[in-house]
Amino acid sequence: MNELDLKAMGITAINQTLYKLPKDTNERHWIIRNPMGQHAIACGLDAPLQVDIQGHVGFYCGGMNKHAEITIHGHAGVGLAENMMSGVVWVKGNASESAGATANGGLIVIEGDASSRCGISMKGVDIVVGGNVGHMSAFMAQAGNLVVCGDAGEALGDSIYEARLYVRGRADNLGSDCIEKEMRAEHLEDLAKLLERAKLKHRPESFRRYGSARKLYNFNVDHADAY
Amino acid sequence: MDTNIPRTPPRKSATFDDYTLAEIRRAATTGIYDIRGAGTKRKVPHFDDLLFLGASISRYPLEGYREKCGTDVILGTRFAKKPIELKIPITIAGMSFGSLSAQAKEALGRGASMAGTSTTTGDGGMTPEERGQSKQLVYQYLPSRYGMNPDDLRKADAIEVVVGQGAKPGGGGMLLGQKISDRVAQMRCLPKGIDQRSACRHPDWTGPDDLEIKIHELREITMWEKPIYVKVGGTRPYYDVALAVKAGADVVVLDGMQGGTAATQDVFIEHVGIPTLACLRPAVKALQDLGMHRKVQLIISGGIRSGADVAKALALGADAVAIGTAALVALGDNDPVHEEEYKQLGTTSGAYDDWHEGRDPAGITTQDPVLAARLDPVKAGRRLSNYLKVMTLEAQTVARACGKSHLHNLEPEDLCALTLEAAAMAQVPLAGTSWIPGKGGF
Repeated sequence: MNELDLKAMGITAINQTLYKLPKDTNERHWIIRNPMGQHAIACGLDAPLQVDIQGHVGFYCGGMNKHAEITIHGHAGVGLAENMMSGVVWVKGNASESAGATANGGLIVIEGDASSRCGISMKGVDIVVGGNVGHMSAFMAQAGNLVVCGDAGEALGDSIYEARLYVRGRADNLGSDCIEKEMRAEHLEDLAKLLERAKLKHRPESFRRYGSARKLYNFNVDHADAY
Repeated sequence: MDTNIPRTPPRKSATFDDYTLAEIRRAATTGIYDIRGAGTKRKVPHFDDLLFLGASISRYPLEGYREKCGTDVILGTRFAKKPIELKIPITIAGMSFGSLSAQAKEALGRGASMAGTSTTTGDGGMTPEERGQSKQLVYQYLPSRYGMNPDDLRKADAIEVVVGQGAKPGGGGMLLGQKISDRVAQMRCLPKGIDQRSACRHPDWTGPDDLEIKIHELREITMWEKPIYVKVGGTRPYYDVALAVKAGADVVVLDGMQGGTAATQDVFIEHVGIPTLACLRPAVKALQDLGMHRKVQLIISGGIRSGADVAKALALGADAVAIGTAALVALGDNDPVHEEEYKQLGTTSGAYDDWHEGRDPAGITTQDPVLAARLDPVKAGRRLSNYLKVMTLEAQTVARACGKSHLHNLEPEDLCALTLEAAAMAQVPLAGTSWIPGKGGF
């Protein structure tokens, strides 16, 4: 286990220390102390590291992550794990806007609440939120799964493509072209796996599934009110 | 009927002209707005409205073909560890794989590399063909983030954060279902055949303060090596350029309303944004007011066609230009050789702009494998290279006539304007006078 003090080193030195590690390094476990809410902490990692950040982080923590498992022992700012490709980003607290934006793969777990636009334009990532998500979550979501154990804010899944949304609490304000869908056996199975990976005990049967009505996929003047 | 009475000839309305009437009928029939490619087709004040004042008694020229006139430019000198060094100040603007065929993207890379300049990806990610053939490749970072991944980001020579473009400032991209092939769908993570609408705002930042943080993240991930460009559409150039500089841009790309698009509503192209000529001086003023002129480089685009346009843009303070539509024409777009097929599509060469339909006879704005195979990337790349070199020679010719040993030594004092509008926009005197509209109190 290695420790890095952000207050002493600064963000660029911290990130470059992690970037320069070979992918087969034995020095896999790193602790970052004194993150002080700074931006771009542990973004762009490209190795199977385990990184524990001891405190709150600012924008884009874990952005574009590949392979690494990053745990934030605090709250996270805007754009958590944006465009992540693989690996895990786990937040013990809450996350601000646009968590998991455009992320392609991997798993994001937010134990608390996530603010607006959670999973915006997501492209294959799995996101599990222990609490609520804010408005416009899963806006233009293309692929992947968003699991919300609490309530969803206004316009959930607006202009959604093929992503799957599972909400345990209220989701009574859906965005354009987002509808409730049948929860079939394969969905319950997928959801159970996601909840297990996020170490959550909820029953899959207590969730509802939402997705695209696919009515906006090709322009139709009779749907103009929805645009 | 008394035929001796003079009759009033049929008179058509200037307001409801034939084009307007046809558009009303088309809208009433189809229920959808007109979508098309390219930039504005209306006549707006442009570089044609400016003239160079060649050397005479008060200034002496340089000898053509003998005395050197430099053309090189370095982009990204502010923060990047590895700025881009180009032989010529003419770059290729961002155009996506998806809107263009893979062959066309490869040809752009080949032509740009042969001429010693850079090319740019687009809203759809980086293809191996393009990276492989582009010596210097700028990677666009767009709101959709289609195909975006950190590996390609690190393969790029520079990164261009796209806020907007001149054809549709405030609007997102559009790629209709006809062009969402298997490969395009896979790269963008979208179902095949849908009408794809790109977001108009970035998903994880809003406003200049956030942009500064986003640029910081991109610099961290690329080890502070790559120049970061910020591209904006021409609307409020003074403030947009100032804010881009404040956010930490190495280079600002400013695209006027003549700048092209692959597919956008005609009403957007023709009615939103301002002409390229009107963008340039406020942008340069912003850089000068911040003490950043020539430190943050300015690339201007939108309707650049010739070496004269290049020279005029540089004289007004730009460091380089970017071309898109003109590059496609050099590859073979709208070539009369395809006239019969253009007629079958209900148009004619020189007017073909249904680039969104994917039926381009020239094989450029299409994903149809049969049509795309018509474009030979090697030959088309050679044509583009020739064109870029001719533009450079033309710009050098003009610069030498003005007594300049480098294109960047051209200055507004070398110019005059043919019209009041151009004089006001370019802030150079009306030809034959010392009057610059708006200066000196009137």
